[in-house]
Amino acid sequence: MLAKRIIPCLDVRNGRVVKGVNFEGIKDVSSPVDLARFYNKSGADELVFYDITASYENRGLFTDVLKTVASEIFIPLTVGGGINTLDDFDRVLKCGADKVSVNSGAIKNPALIGEAAKKYGDQCVVLSMDIKRVDGKFHIFSTGGRVDTGIDALQWAVNGEQSGAGELVVNSIDTDGVKNGFDLEMLSEIQSRVKIPVIASGGAGKREDFLELFKAGVADAGLAASVFHFKEINIKELKEYLKANNIEMRV
Amino acid sequence: MIAIVDYGCGNLYSLQCSLNFLKLESQITSDPEVIKNADKIILPGVGAFGDAVKLLNNSGLAEVVKKEAAKGKYILGICLGMQLLFDKSYEYGEHQGLGLIKGEVCPLSGDIKGNLKIPHMGWNSLNIKDLSDPIFKYVKQGDFVYYVHSFYAKNCEKSLLATSDYEVTVPGLVKNKNVYGAQFHPEKSGDVGLNLLKAFAELEDN
Repeated sequence: MLAKRIIPCLDVRNGRVVKGVNFEGIKDVSSPVDLARFYNKSGADELVFYDITASYENRGLFTDVLKTVASEIFIPLTVGGGINTLDDFDRVLKCGADKVSVNSGAIKNPALIGEAAKKYGDQCVVLSMDIKRVDGKFHIFSTGGRVDTGIDALQWAVNGEQSGAGELVVNSIDTDGVKNGFDLEMLSEIQSRVKIPVIASGGAGKREDFLELFKAGVADAGLAASVFHFKEINIKELKEYLKANNIEMRV
Repeated sequence: MIAIVDYGCGNLYSLQCSLNFLKLESQITSDPEVIKNADKIILPGVGAFGDAVKLLNNSGLAEVVKKEAAKGKYILGICLGMQLLFDKSYEYGEHQGLGLIKGEVCPLSGDIKGNLKIPHMGWNSLNIKDLSDPIFKYVKQGDFVYYVHSFYAKNCEKSLLATSDYEVTVPGLVKNKNVYGAQFHPEKSGDVGLNLLKAFAELEDN
């Protein structure tokens, strides 16, 4: 059967991997190429690269890093950050990306999802959503989680699927960096409304959090950054632990 | 030299990177002469069957590939490239394929009745029917490979080398004599995928 996926996310700025807590207080961690090699060896099922400052400072992605990674690591690579046009899709796909993640770009221009899906296929388009509770409702935040767009997140997810997104990344700003487990409530609300795969992000602190996520059946993959970067969780051990607990895993 | 057939369908960067990584000489080409002179041929592909087969036919590359197959040259179709090897496809209409492997390509959505998601996307394990085939020289029973597809081959029992379970039986690897097809992406299947590509490159004529 299809395995659940464990996906480390590498937030890249100036060619280096960074990770903020609640998107603030960014700390330098490591070289993206070294980290990608390390994760590949540990059994990561995919890698995600986000240029976290791209939408804010309008920076392009570091395609040299991507090319180097793609030339020696042969698992699916997703690239996001600063994807606003079809040219942006083209640029990263030519450097070895398999999937392209849109976030603020889709908020500015919702037609981008459909246009990209038509040109590159649904499987290529990932809709990434930064979501936070505001007055008891789930709101989409833009620009690296800094701006409340007021958009209803549940409707946004449904619209994204209908427009042709092949996968959703649900990043809970409420649980991000807190390391107290994924936002199961938020994930459940999204998962129950769509048929495309859902990747859970934000809140992983220990291996039990991943078990809880998959047992709840609210996501197809678990994504995390700092717990992997700082080696608080070893991916190989995590996957063996999950497999021992009857979660289908590629080990 | 392995010819990677470029007929305008899909991203060939990762595939060539994986062959480079294995130190296998390859060339992305749409030149019939280069394809004829190659030791082996890889037919890649991402996208819709109808568009792809039209491009292959209009460029004359369909005939070139069929002729090389008839000569006994080893060919590997990947993903849509694998589906193109079959007789026909029912992806948005009905389209004739290359007819190198008996069978037809049908939508997963027609046969999956449960809650499984379509496309079948992610890592699934291989149930290998015939481990003695040389393509499995470096691969074990149950190894995982990476799939992304919404259509799958049916009525191809005789050519099945390996399958994966996704409510239905998904043909993962098929073979008719010198023609191989992989529904999954070996160039995205980590070490297992590299090992399959390596074994394909090492296939020798009897």
